[in-house]
Amino acid sequence: MQRIGVFVCHCGTNIAGTVDVAAVSESLGKEQGVVFSTHYQYMCSQAGQDIIKNAIAEYKLTGIVVCSCSPRMHETTFRKTAAAAGINPYMVEIANIREQCSWVHKDTISGTEKAIILGKAAVAKVNLNAPLTPGETPVTKRALVIGGGIAGIQTALDIADAGFPVDIVEKKPTIGGKMAQLDKTFPTLDCAACILTPKMVDVAQNDKIRIFSYSEVTSVKGFVGNFDVTIKRKARYVKEDVCTGCGACTEKCPQKKVPNEFNLGMDNRRAIYIPFAQAVPKVATIDPDYCMMLKTGKCGVCSKVCTAGAIDYKAKDEYVEEKYGAIVVATGFNPISMDKFDEFAYSQSKDVITSLEFERLTNAAGPTQGKLLRPSDGEHPHTIVFVQCVGSRCDSCSEKGKEYCSKICCMYTAKHAMLTRDKYPDTDVYVFYIDVRTPGKNFDEFYRRAVEEYGVHYIKGMVGKVSPEGKKLMVQASDLIAGKQLHIEADLVVLAAAIEPDKSARPLATMLTASMDTNDFFTEAHPKLRPVESPTAGVFLSGACQGPKDIPETVSQAGAAAAKVIGLLCKDKLTGNPCVAHSDEMMCNGCSTCEKVCPYGAITYVDKEFRMPDRTTRVRRVAQVNEAVCQGCGCCTVACPSGAMDLKGFAGKQIMAEVDAICR
Amino acid sequence: MSMKNIENNNETYRPLIVAFCCNWCSYAGADLAGNNRLAYPADVKIIRVPCSCRVNPTFILRAFQRGADGVIICGCHPGDCHYTSGNYYTRRRMSLMFSMLDYLGIERERTRVEWVSAAEGAKFAATMNDFCETVAKLGKNKRLEDLRCKQ
Amino acid sequence: MQAVTREILINKAAELLGNGTVDRVFGWKKGEFSYDVTPALFTTREAMDADFVFGDFCGANFSKYLVAETRKEGKVLVFLKPCDTYSFNQLLTEHRFDREKVYVVGIPCSGMLDTVKIKAVAEGIASVEDNGDRVTVHSLFDGDVTVSRNDMLPDRCKNCKSKKHVAYDELIGEDGEVIDSGRFDEVEKLEKMTPDERFAFWQNELSRCIRCNACRDVCPACTCEKCVFDNPDSGVENKAAANSFEEKMFHIIRAFHVAGRCTDCGECSRVCPQHIPLHLLNRKFIKDINEFYGDYQAGAEVGSRAPLVNYTADDPEPAEAVERSHHDA
Repeated sequence: MQRIGVFVCHCGTNIAGTVDVAAVSESLGKEQGVVFSTHYQYMCSQAGQDIIKNAIAEYKLTGIVVCSCSPRMHETTFRKTAAAAGINPYMVEIANIREQCSWVHKDTISGTEKAIILGKAAVAKVNLNAPLTPGETPVTKRALVIGGGIAGIQTALDIADAGFPVDIVEKKPTIGGKMAQLDKTFPTLDCAACILTPKMVDVAQNDKIRIFSYSEVTSVKGFVGNFDVTIKRKARYVKEDVCTGCGACTEKCPQKKVPNEFNLGMDNRRAIYIPFAQAVPKVATIDPDYCMMLKTGKCGVCSKVCTAGAIDYKAKDEYVEEKYGAIVVATGFNPISMDKFDEFAYSQSKDVITSLEFERLTNAAGPTQGKLLRPSDGEHPHTIVFVQCVGSRCDSCSEKGKEYCSKICCMYTAKHAMLTRDKYPDTDVYVFYIDVRTPGKNFDEFYRRAVEEYGVHYIKGMVGKVSPEGKKLMVQASDLIAGKQLHIEADLVVLAAAIEPDKSARPLATMLTASMDTNDFFTEAHPKLRPVESPTAGVFLSGACQGPKDIPETVSQAGAAAAKVIGLLCKDKLTGNPCVAHSDEMMCNGCSTCEKVCPYGAITYVDKEFRMPDRTTRVRRVAQVNEAVCQGCGCCTVACPSGAMDLKGFAGKQIMAEVDAICR
Repeated sequence: MSMKNIENNNETYRPLIVAFCCNWCSYAGADLAGNNRLAYPADVKIIRVPCSCRVNPTFILRAFQRGADGVIICGCHPGDCHYTSGNYYTRRRMSLMFSMLDYLGIERERTRVEWVSAAEGAKFAATMNDFCETVAKLGKNKRLEDLRCKQ
Repeated sequence: MQAVTREILINKAAELLGNGTVDRVFGWKKGEFSYDVTPALFTTREAMDADFVFGDFCGANFSKYLVAETRKEGKVLVFLKPCDTYSFNQLLTEHRFDREKVYVVGIPCSGMLDTVKIKAVAEGIASVEDNGDRVTVHSLFDGDVTVSRNDMLPDRCKNCKSKKHVAYDELIGEDGEVIDSGRFDEVEKLEKMTPDERFAFWQNELSRCIRCNACRDVCPACTCEKCVFDNPDSGVENKAAANSFEEKMFHIIRAFHVAGRCTDCGECSRVCPQHIPLHLLNRKFIKDINEFYGDYQAGAEVGSRAPLVNYTADDPEPAEAVERSHHDA
């Protein structure tokens, strides 16, 4: 049985002007469990708080009801007051008789009546309150960054800079990601490698950072502050710590016909390879799909030429288990496949390429050493058509493309067009667009330069068809502004392919219990206010895995994610919100319904042995709430068919009691 | 009962409205209505919940059975849930529950779901004014109270 | 007439007992009257030869029994009609029993007879003879009465939703198809009434309820460790007291509890001693779910995400949804 004290605040005349506070105090004094009731001018003042503290001591109060302003205003104040006087802060309930009563009702009679009813509801709730203590969990002071592109690199560097160890897991043999494949970067046109590779070196040289390249995360268990992660280190058949990266093996390997993915298959590499000159770690990797030694057991050239003795044909996949306090997802993006866009003849002609392929063609380290040459015959193209929004901004019923805007294409196409005109002024460059979208610092100026200074022909309209005819590509398009059909004889067609999240993101999201949207982009905890956090506590988002982004945006998000991680790792212990869900194991059916609606993955199921009333033991599957992860929304409590799940602080019984008090 | 009495009864009848408000938006919206002194009838009694998805349809039935004349659930706008997805579940649960009540012959105007953000004090007050008026027109809720009573 | 006979089932059961596939057989035995069969366990051929029955009155959905049955040692054989297999899958989805401990033999079903309808035909029923299209009721007081078999089917069989088994280890006979039944016709009829008419209809139906809990006890979706109606903490407990909350709301709450999980097996209406058409509450939820969120059949596949634990960003708003399901305007 509770001993409840009721404290009605006048709030000067804010409440007392409309509500008869003495009547409220008197009426609530008669409620069940109430042993003391009073009113005072300003309850939140020191003098008011002293009244509460003294009453707690004098009347041995176990629960407090304050009829005052909104709990959003002073709930914390009165909880502290209660705690200072020695009772649990969660034994305090506020009846909001200012914002939701005296300020909106003019009439004293109905205002007072309502204030009494709100007070009664609060008393009814406190009668069922139980002391709550927030849980504490320790924090493992190490972060995991999944993905080694510019997003992952920046996040890792920032976290390491704050003094915390970081591991980067990258599925490719080197870090660097998409940015390593780019030529120049908009809007300043500095070369991607010049600004990226120093950062890659920083990562390699930072003793707080470990790189697990050619590796994948295979399992994530645990929760914020305490993740247990298994990382698969794929066999690269080269001892990472022995290889010097001299490259002798990659020159001597007899298997020369392996499509080079770094150049998007536009040239070939060997079966043993280093993706590019500035790779980090600069270590060779054997491609098991092409290596004759691994496939047939006959060859072994690389082993013979390796003076360091780094080749190990018998290597196996290895698994590393590590604990982390925070996880950053930076899995990035890929251009979508052009297979379904046959109208642009991508599969029919080598001279129809994607923008990323164009990047490689203009890159000094690319297959043409940076000379813009047609892939089909190596000749210099004189007419180039760029097609924007290929697979972006499609309507929702389209099976080919994406509904969203890929965001980066307008700017990189302007860059491509500008660079082409700059280097090869004899080239005619056409850009077909739906809209040109250039919000961003110095972005629109950049685009206008392409049009005004470099004479790029921007045409509003879509390309309907590209048909290869002899050495030419016949481009049929509409000019919406002039209202006419165009036929252009082009030498090269460049498609600005939409971008999509990397395919590894979906299984990773499942492992992390992080949510995703229908496009497989990771969902942020709040679209405006918590843009770098996933709804799952301890999981953070960096870069294009959360939505299409350019480099400046990616780097700022990467830094923001790092700041959030540092904020988390700085803490020795995490204090939870005590108003969390709790499952009554004796009533739980083990049906998994609650698990499905939990936005935080806070609910897991275990098989547990129970002693039943008939003295038998039975193993039952029951839900368990991880209090460190639960945020207390209460969705599970309603989803639970058996009523086993309840929410502390907002228990079903408490809310029912409020309903009853109001409807009495 | 004479005509006069009936008129008098109609005049004095005030509906009892229970409003479940999400702590993060509608409850704050109600506070904002207070800050701006935007009046609505005292018939509305607010119960604070962490999220609209905490509202068990049983609470609604209980309110009706105990004499409430109207029940309104206020949550964050779809897409803006503090807990990312709670109000989407609310929307499904309440759609089905309200449709069931309608199927049982209970006036559908007695139940409502409204999305009110923390910035929409004016919307909160307007919603409550409108809901009170609608429910007042329906008069006392008898049907849910007596759904299964034996004569 | 049922396509399989008692003998076929006994032979199958004996074979599976004999080769050690199963340890027990869940079947039916005769009750007091011929139409009054009751679920029973058998462990030997002899016991089955003596007591096992199968026929037009074996309508009980055995899926729910498996929750308790699988807690015992060994494996149990169960014969499931197509509609029962949906409940079976739904229970598996909710992890209510271990699939490994059950051996399912799917049996075809040509619709089970409604004892209430049979009893209305003649007084003092001695036996019922099924001749395919027609059934002959042999009675003590009215002699032999022959009626159309179709007229003797309960609503759930007349509007059978599926002759296809969605779960089995082995099938006896050919599997059927999912049927485009008219099972929502009754619901639609109610929707087209005015609110006053609907209220009068349900007041009349629900006021007959004696709160015997038979609907809950038979319902395969109601397998909670402790039912909320038996739990003082739930706020809806209180079995007998008049004027209690749950007395009035029991059926609404129960229907909502099983919404999205109810496979529409119709057991609730079959067992109701007051003949309240309880399935019309569940079907309303099913119909609404189909209309608001796309077709969903609970139990059609194991592991499917029930509509109430799912959402899309563009689900209809409650007001819009109620409007949509409303046909009297």
